[in-house]
Amino acid sequence: MPERDDSVRLTQVIGEASSSRQRLSIVGSGSKPWLSAPIEGQLLSVAEHTGIIEYRPEELVITARSGTPLREINQLLAQHRQRLPFEPPCFRGLGTLGGAVAAGIAGPARPWCGSVRDAVLGVEMVNGLGERLTFGGQVMKNVAGYDLSRLQVGAMGTLGLLLSVSVRVSPEPQVERTQVLELSADDAVGTMRRWARVSLPITATCYIDGLLHVRLSGAESSVLSGADGVGGKVWDDPLFWATVRDRELALFKTVDPLWRISCPPAALLPATDVALEWGGAQRWWRTSMPEDEVLAYAESVAGVAQRAWSSPVFTTPHMHRLKQAFDPHDVLNSGLVHADAAA
Amino acid sequence: MSRPLVRELLRSNLPARCLITEPAALKPYETDGLTAIREVPWLVALPETEVQLKAVMRICAQHAVPIVPRGAGTGLSGGARPVRDGIVLGLSKLDKILEIDLDNCVARVQPGVRNLAISEAVAEHGLYYAPDPSSQIACSIGGNVAENAGGVHCLKYGLTVHNVLGLKVVTMRGDTLTIGGKGLDYPGYDLLALMCGSEGMLGVVTEVTVKLLPEPPAKVVMLAAYRSLKEAADAVTDIFRQGVVPAGLEMMDKLAIQAAEDFVHAGYPRAAAAILLCELDGNAAEIADLENLVVRILEDAGAFEIQRAHDADAQARLWQGRKAAFPAMGRMAPDYYCMDGTIPRRQLSQVLHAIAELSESFGLLVANVFHAGDGNLHPLILYDANVPGELDKAEDMGGKILELCVAAGGSVTGEHGVGVEKLDQMCVQFNAAELRQFERVKEAFDPERLLNPGKAIPTLTRCSELGGMHVHGGKLPFPKMERF
Repeated sequence: MPERDDSVRLTQVIGEASSSRQRLSIVGSGSKPWLSAPIEGQLLSVAEHTGIIEYRPEELVITARSGTPLREINQLLAQHRQRLPFEPPCFRGLGTLGGAVAAGIAGPARPWCGSVRDAVLGVEMVNGLGERLTFGGQVMKNVAGYDLSRLQVGAMGTLGLLLSVSVRVSPEPQVERTQVLELSADDAVGTMRRWARVSLPITATCYIDGLLHVRLSGAESSVLSGADGVGGKVWDDPLFWATVRDRELALFKTVDPLWRISCPPAALLPATDVALEWGGAQRWWRTSMPEDEVLAYAESVAGVAQRAWSSPVFTTPHMHRLKQAFDPHDVLNSGLVHADAAA
Repeated sequence: MSRPLVRELLRSNLPARCLITEPAALKPYETDGLTAIREVPWLVALPETEVQLKAVMRICAQHAVPIVPRGAGTGLSGGARPVRDGIVLGLSKLDKILEIDLDNCVARVQPGVRNLAISEAVAEHGLYYAPDPSSQIACSIGGNVAENAGGVHCLKYGLTVHNVLGLKVVTMRGDTLTIGGKGLDYPGYDLLALMCGSEGMLGVVTEVTVKLLPEPPAKVVMLAAYRSLKEAADAVTDIFRQGVVPAGLEMMDKLAIQAAEDFVHAGYPRAAAAILLCELDGNAAEIADLENLVVRILEDAGAFEIQRAHDADAQARLWQGRKAAFPAMGRMAPDYYCMDGTIPRRQLSQVLHAIAELSESFGLLVANVFHAGDGNLHPLILYDANVPGELDKAEDMGGKILELCVAAGGSVTGEHGVGVEKLDQMCVQFNAAELRQFERVKEAFDPERLLNPGKAIPTLTRCSELGGMHVHGGKLPFPKMERF
């Protein structure tokens, strides 16, 4: 992959768009088109802004331009026996670092190894006025000023175009292995919650079709004793967790509406045919039930439901004011922050 | 603003025991942990309920009275220093643990609950709250959120932002924001990340939902002694290069070792130029493997002595010297000034060397006791406030140390916050466009700038004046003038 610094052009385009009130639609590798469906505007591609700016394995930090493919970053980290702790999905094998941070979607390791936001240490960005800004840095601890770098995670580029991101990386575990247990959905929730209260080297769980898969990672001795602790049988499918991460299970390929529910992990189940990740905190529910009933269920368990494959929206007055604070002329990824939110 | 009118309105909304106006009773609120900077407030409000708290904020908003929120007052950067004509909004009476939810492994608490009280309340279930700032006996969780507090174990377990799942925040606009919850993500911008570390300038926290973790079953603490700072610093990088992330990794230099030994006799080797304290935790089998690996790394880096502690008593003894290091400094000098810069780990030895040079040129002793694992330095500048000019000299030197950290690719504050203390250094770390962006974020939540005004973010005027004045030796003319 060639290295290329496209930051001068990107900054300039936004500056001009800000003056002429031209709306821009920021795109990376285009791996998650469903996230940005409502966005209108002239395409501004970050895909040519690539390359790893700094990587020192002993610092546990990598800094890369936002258009750098995740694939390239993962390969480099693997050479040094390190990885991105938040395990970002690579939909259709694609995805860039900037896209992963802007979307803020974490993979199966989320509850144990942290969210995308947890790993972000700093960003260089261009706000809607075309100003080039740096927040955070490459150090683990930094409380100088408001944490505007972590605020960019999941903001979908509506507050600024990310030029480069510094993220914390973690050492690869010596050993990784998956156990599988045959359980009812209710028992699966109970089992996962029991595990959460004891020290086990769990780094992923996925309950689907009556089987609870649990990934254990760490030193060999720790994984072996952990496997005894969780029980079940060894599950020998080396691609399983990548399939879960990239949402390529059969569950994701059906025509029935599929809902993603984010809720307290121990929350009551809406039905028995729900797939569960993140120890119970992320749930996938395929149902033909009316939308208002699904939303009512989510609310009843203090969670939120959203159709899988749909874009996030920013709807409170405070979020609208934040958008204005970064992008007063609404040029960046307009359409996600609803104007009526200002009411 | 009419003080009598505001006082009257507050009296009609809060019981008399919740309002302090007597000069003698106001005195304890004139400062926080940064005692060199003081200002007596004209009133302190200590609401006992969220309804009362909102009433205070509403009245202040209507009458343009600045509010300084205050937790336990243990902050080290003057974040809770009162402002003239403003009131202090103390959260110490909002001190209830509202819910312990074992199924979801979370606790929901009011902001005045002490950090350690959370772990104490859930200890019987084998759980704890991970962030452990050194003031954890006294500091409150609301203050921890405001400062994004860290501690010895944040290397492995993260800062406050990594361990809080939900917040309830009241803004000066009168809104109550429910941010996050017991789940792992909620729609919209990540306001939780924005609130953590915002130094009470965007809203007042009225409820916090924290993550509870299982106590690790096994632990080992090691001490490694080195004949040079460079060897110790190299050992730190080697540990990470080998793929080990310890639960804690602390460094102390010669002066800190001497002071701690004189004070608590922890058994630290006095001949050492630096010691490292390294804690590993996890399950027993894992710890045994890791311990041998780490001992080899520490020895290869040149350690001339290694102590290992496997039982709780021995571990407490090894940690005792580190924990007593700050009070121990009281025996070396009447006053000390604690800095809080962060740097990339690989710069440790170079920056420590440069600090030693500054120490020589300023003629002030510096002891280093710090979180080496995450590059968070705490140089303690020793001085005597009774010697005219020494405080100024210490502050001047502290500023230089922070500028050194920024130049090394780090930050002026890792965990103590900017407060009123590091406003000038913020001008070094951020440019005008970045400072304006901070200002616009502030305005989104507090357009009248009534909440904790003058903290954390310097005005452009201040920075440009300072820029011009650096030429004249960094001394501010009219030092009494407010410059936020």
